[in-house]
Amino acid sequence: MKEMSKRTGVSFERATQKAIKQLLLIIVAFIALYPLYWLIITAFKTQADYLVNKFGLPWPIMIGNIVTALRGGRFARWFLNSTIITAGSTLAGTTIACLAAFAFAKMPFRGSNAILNFVISLMVVPPVVMIVPLFILYAQIGFTSTYQGIIVLYVGLTMPFSVYLLTNFFKTIPHDIVDSAMMDGCSHFGILWRIYVPLSAPALVTLIIVNALWIWNELLLALVFLPKDKMRTLMVGITAFRSRLNLDIPVTMAGLLLSTLPMIILYVVFQRFFIRGLTAGATKG
Amino acid sequence: MGLAILFVYGYPIIRLFDFSMRRIRGASGPFIGFDNYRFVLRNPIFQEAVRHNLFLLVGVPILIIIALIFASLLFEQLKGWKFYRFAFFLPYILAVPVIGIVFSYLLMLHGALNETLRFLRLDFLALDWIGSPNIALKTLLAIIVWKEMGFGIVLFFARLMSVSEEIYDAAKIDGANWWQTLWYITIPQLQIVIEFFAIVTIINLLSWIFAYVYTITRGGPGTSTQVMELWIFNKVARGAPNPGMGAAASVILFLGTIVLIFTLLRLRMRVGEEE
Repeated sequence: MKEMSKRTGVSFERATQKAIKQLLLIIVAFIALYPLYWLIITAFKTQADYLVNKFGLPWPIMIGNIVTALRGGRFARWFLNSTIITAGSTLAGTTIACLAAFAFAKMPFRGSNAILNFVISLMVVPPVVMIVPLFILYAQIGFTSTYQGIIVLYVGLTMPFSVYLLTNFFKTIPHDIVDSAMMDGCSHFGILWRIYVPLSAPALVTLIIVNALWIWNELLLALVFLPKDKMRTLMVGITAFRSRLNLDIPVTMAGLLLSTLPMIILYVVFQRFFIRGLTAGATKG
Repeated sequence: MGLAILFVYGYPIIRLFDFSMRRIRGASGPFIGFDNYRFVLRNPIFQEAVRHNLFLLVGVPILIIIALIFASLLFEQLKGWKFYRFAFFLPYILAVPVIGIVFSYLLMLHGALNETLRFLRLDFLALDWIGSPNIALKTLLAIIVWKEMGFGIVLFFARLMSVSEEIYDAAKIDGANWWQTLWYITIPQLQIVIEFFAIVTIINLLSWIFAYVYTITRGGPGTSTQVMELWIFNKVARGAPNPGMGAAASVILFLGTIVLIFTLLRLRMRVGEEE
């Protein structure tokens, strides 16, 4: 009898503990999700509804905000700029990083390790440090407000992380494969393209996602190096857009929703790769 | 690769030191020694910016504590843990300008947060989160913590998943409670990841918060949320450009960050040797 009550006591304590933990998790999940929830509901409100009802569900549901946001400013143009710049930088950066990582991992030369460590250590250099000299240089060579100008910057800035991630991954691919492929007369490029790239597909997807996310969301460099209105990226565009349309908050929110939607969709679909990629820096420790 | 790295890192860093000693007009200018540095270091707004950056470092322990607690809660894999992980990480992938604008509306004097607080009869908590010089910097810190916590949680959680379960089973058999398990097992197991996260967060809070400040407060009200990055940005892009001074401030920020990181690494090595 005594034994029984003691056990129910313990299990009761367990249950309360569990309930407290669940409650904590729910509260923080709510805090984490609330701003996005608010962004979404506000994007579908009418201006009048928003003024009286700031945190309830929208009624009537207003699709028109999205259309207004698309027409306001040069939204479509900014979207296109962001897409071109993100795709161009990611593609070029990943290709160059593949070649470099292949050299570091499979064709070591004297001092290659020192160079690799140096390149990796560049990850800690803050981009703001580079803007003054590059701004002056870009003005001289006419690179401001050009796609190639900003793409070169993004390729360079994402390079340390890309090389680090890919070199680590390439090192895990057994050397025997390279030897036997060489024997069959495969060139270095052939080996990289036919063996390494397919084998490291998961790492490559991870890398592309991480870099694309960073470039899409980047503000400082885009602001400094793309001053012309028609060359703006979405992130620069929406910061300007907000001050122009700040009376109509639902329309502003619709614009924000549109500009962050691609990344939210990617996250929902590829959650695994996002988490793996963004925590990759720590796996080696 | 070499070319890209040299262009984006090598050239600017070398020129940076050069520019920081010149009075720049256009592409270059006369050599003036350390005048720019003297001016920058004496500039009260820059001093304030440095203080603000240092204040924001309070976020490092806060983020580590939050990440530890929630990573170990996730690790218990209670019902719905996958959803929680999804939710916690979501802020981390959203663009800073987007969340910056969303928060600046949410936190307005008559924004959604304060309306909710008033609705709950908590009027005394309905503060002017962004408009008041005494609170704005703390609000900024809270928003940064909100966004960065997911990274820490997921990072620590990923590491915990690779710790052998036997240790935790043994602790359970020995009757360790939740705090004891956290203190004696989880923290030592996570030590390296915690250090990594601390360093990344320090770098971020010193030199990667431009987008928050620019979209939420633009350094205001007054100069109450001015930070080093914004100060440098204003020396390049705004009405009164003075690239030489911007360069000198960049050098200070750059060397400051490097020195801080090396000190931390040295400290860690010394602790490692003693053990």
